[in-house]
Amino acid sequence: MMGSLLLLIPFALALGAIGLAAFLWALKSGQFDDPDGAAGRILFDDIHPEEPRNV
Amino acid sequence: MPRDPLPELCRHCGAPLAAGPKDGPVDGYCCRGCAAAHALIEQSGLGAFYRRLELKAGERALKPEPHDAAALTLNVRGEKDGWALDLMVDGLHCAACVWLIETLLSRQPEVTAGRVNFSTRRLALRWRGERERGPALVALIESLGFRLTPFDPKKLSAATDRTARELIRCLAVAGFAAGNVMLLSVSVWAGHDGGMGTATRDLLHWLSALIALPALLYAGRPFFRSAAGALRRGRTNMDVPISLGITLTAAMSLSETVRHGPYAYFDSALTLVFFLLIGRVLDHLARGKAREAAAHLLSLGVTGATRLKPDGTAETIPASALAAGDAIVVAPGEKVPADGDVIAGGSDLDGSLLTGESLPAAAAPGARIYAGQVNLSAPLTVRVSAVGDSTLLAEIVRLMEAAEGGRAFYRQLADRLTRHYAPLVHVLAAATFVYWLVQAGSDWQVALLRAVSVLIITCPCALGLAIPAAQVVAGGRLFRRGILLKSPTALERLAEVDMVVFDKTGTLTLGQPVLRADPAPDPAMLSLAAGLARSSRHPLSRALAAACPVAPVIAGVQEIPGCGLAVDGIRLGSRRWLGMSEDGSTDAELWLRTAGGRSEHFRFEESLRRDAAATVSGLRRSGYGVALLSGDRPSAVRRVAQDCGIETWQALATPVSKVARLEFWRRAGLKTLMVGDGLNDAPALAAASVSLSPASAADIAQVTADVVFQGDSLGSVTELLATARQTRAVIRQNLVLALVYNLTAVPLAMAGLVTPPLAAALMSSSSVLVVLNALRLRRQPKET
Repeated sequence: MMGSLLLLIPFALALGAIGLAAFLWALKSGQFDDPDGAAGRILFDDIHPEEPRNV
Repeated sequence: MPRDPLPELCRHCGAPLAAGPKDGPVDGYCCRGCAAAHALIEQSGLGAFYRRLELKAGERALKPEPHDAAALTLNVRGEKDGWALDLMVDGLHCAACVWLIETLLSRQPEVTAGRVNFSTRRLALRWRGERERGPALVALIESLGFRLTPFDPKKLSAATDRTARELIRCLAVAGFAAGNVMLLSVSVWAGHDGGMGTATRDLLHWLSALIALPALLYAGRPFFRSAAGALRRGRTNMDVPISLGITLTAAMSLSETVRHGPYAYFDSALTLVFFLLIGRVLDHLARGKAREAAAHLLSLGVTGATRLKPDGTAETIPASALAAGDAIVVAPGEKVPADGDVIAGGSDLDGSLLTGESLPAAAAPGARIYAGQVNLSAPLTVRVSAVGDSTLLAEIVRLMEAAEGGRAFYRQLADRLTRHYAPLVHVLAAATFVYWLVQAGSDWQVALLRAVSVLIITCPCALGLAIPAAQVVAGGRLFRRGILLKSPTALERLAEVDMVVFDKTGTLTLGQPVLRADPAPDPAMLSLAAGLARSSRHPLSRALAAACPVAPVIAGVQEIPGCGLAVDGIRLGSRRWLGMSEDGSTDAELWLRTAGGRSEHFRFEESLRRDAAATVSGLRRSGYGVALLSGDRPSAVRRVAQDCGIETWQALATPVSKVARLEFWRRAGLKTLMVGDGLNDAPALAAASVSLSPASAADIAQVTADVVFQGDSLGSVTELLATARQTRAVIRQNLVLALVYNLTAVPLAMAGLVTPPLAAALMSSSSVLVVLNALRLRRQPKET
């Protein structure tokens, strides 16, 4: 039983940590800066404006 | 796009066009600006904009109006590969507007980035090459009808953003750790009955400690920092007991783990931090909105100004560079950049945002004018008397900030409760520890364990859920009705309201004057007057033009500021100017006299919202006091008050006197709900114990208000107050439930009868009960 725990717990933690890292990355890279705009922007596929950095 | 040969609506802004003879300057458009905007959009191949545009009822694409683009580009910054400019965009309705601006900018070869943030209404513009291209780019967007305001991104909300991000990062870490540690704890609890080996349990405890301790250190920082700050100043705040509780629980659990003990409480500490952080984040976001509102208001002042140099030439400088004593020129259509006295020229000034007065005021040499007013008819030369922080506009912002601070009363109340609750908990825990150590002669570890389980069981989980659960459900119900709760504490404050205070213009009324139909003016004279009025931007002229849309426009009309309009001996204007005798009436009115000496009298009134009178009488039946505070003239206010059945009213109220009046009621023990929409209402909205704005309000009023409602119906006020009272009832039931739980569980824990798994079960069952009770709010209230 201990053997499977030693494998499964780190595995579960790693999965959770990936999610956490993804969220922190998203926060840092400004994915949550303009939720309303992004929701509408996806409807119009003929636009590819460059993303300004550090705004 | 299907081309209607004779459209009834302007092809760009959708304003209704006059039928019959072509009176617009261009076929199918209401004005030249709209025609140019439409041509620009079609030529760029972006005609899809008009199909994609989603306007809510009552909204329109903005009419382009001439504007000084040079003044907007004063704070262009140099960056390493070009130029940068940040602007606020007014008139963004939906994603199509964002798409239009971004696509148009991306077609300009020198533009490296043009990105609109729809949530914050900001445009970040970057371009290469010459700095002088800026005004052209800005003019391009303005020619579409969007209004731009410059702002300094460094001054605005940088600190707010950083704190919000830190809180959210802490929340994410706490959530991750709490979830995982909870899973491990559940295994341990299950193992107590299933005969889990000590080694396995220790392993799980060590794992929990490994996750929990760094997570607590990281996510607990906001609490630790605030608690340390308070203690250093010799004070205490609600973060002190929280920090103490977290630290004690963590230390206790660690010592249990080291001693191979059966129980560890890392999960409790983490869940506590997690829930508390949710509250902090929501609270911070709400207050960030208010701060942004103040900043936006100040940005109204951040425009350009045209200064006259001693040699008589003019230069454009930022309004912030003005000094008292400077002479400036304010062109028609421009915002006054600073307070000052008129030294030459005469015009009409629209101060409706500042003072709430529905009619423009005449300004002649010697008159005092204020920053934020809009010059309507002719250029003015002004001697600046106050700039920046000493202007009336800045004064309004200060009032608002002061009032926002006063609102912290409710936070203080919560703090005070915690201050009494926390010591009680600590005393109980300490008493438990001493009793078990001294009286019952247990090991110190056992005594400490019992004491900590008292601490844990009093963890205000159900107590913490009792209020937010009910508020979330009530908020959802209101949202479906077009009422948006912006402040998390709005509902509890609404439930205590016993007086409803309305603003007049734009709140009880729809804001625009309309021609009175009784007595009906002579149709021929009306048509003539409307033809004259068509060329003026004065609100009364617009009302006349709207009353007779078929009237052909008359060419060559001269606007004489403060007096009226004249052409070929025909005059349309004030009673005094036409030399009519005074009759003491102060109604909004216009007189028309033809070259032949015939004259006609036009009276105007403001149209009430459809259900204004019904709402007021409904509120009075439910036992609320109703009052009307307006910055407008007494006669106009009296009529509206009579029509709605309001007995308490005050006219000519300045923002300061509105706040004073609300203060007076507050000291008299009345809780006020302020319903208002203008910039001049912003301080009053912040000063009332709770505030409501229609969605048509000036942006600033909306961001200051706790609640925003959509649509033309004032019935939202009644609905809101009913929901608030119902919510309060549910919250009280929930608090009683939580309290009963605590009153039974705490003595049991002190007696050492409650094991942590049992405590957890009790906790979750009480939480479920509280949530189920809150869900009852989804049902509609009984008709009262």
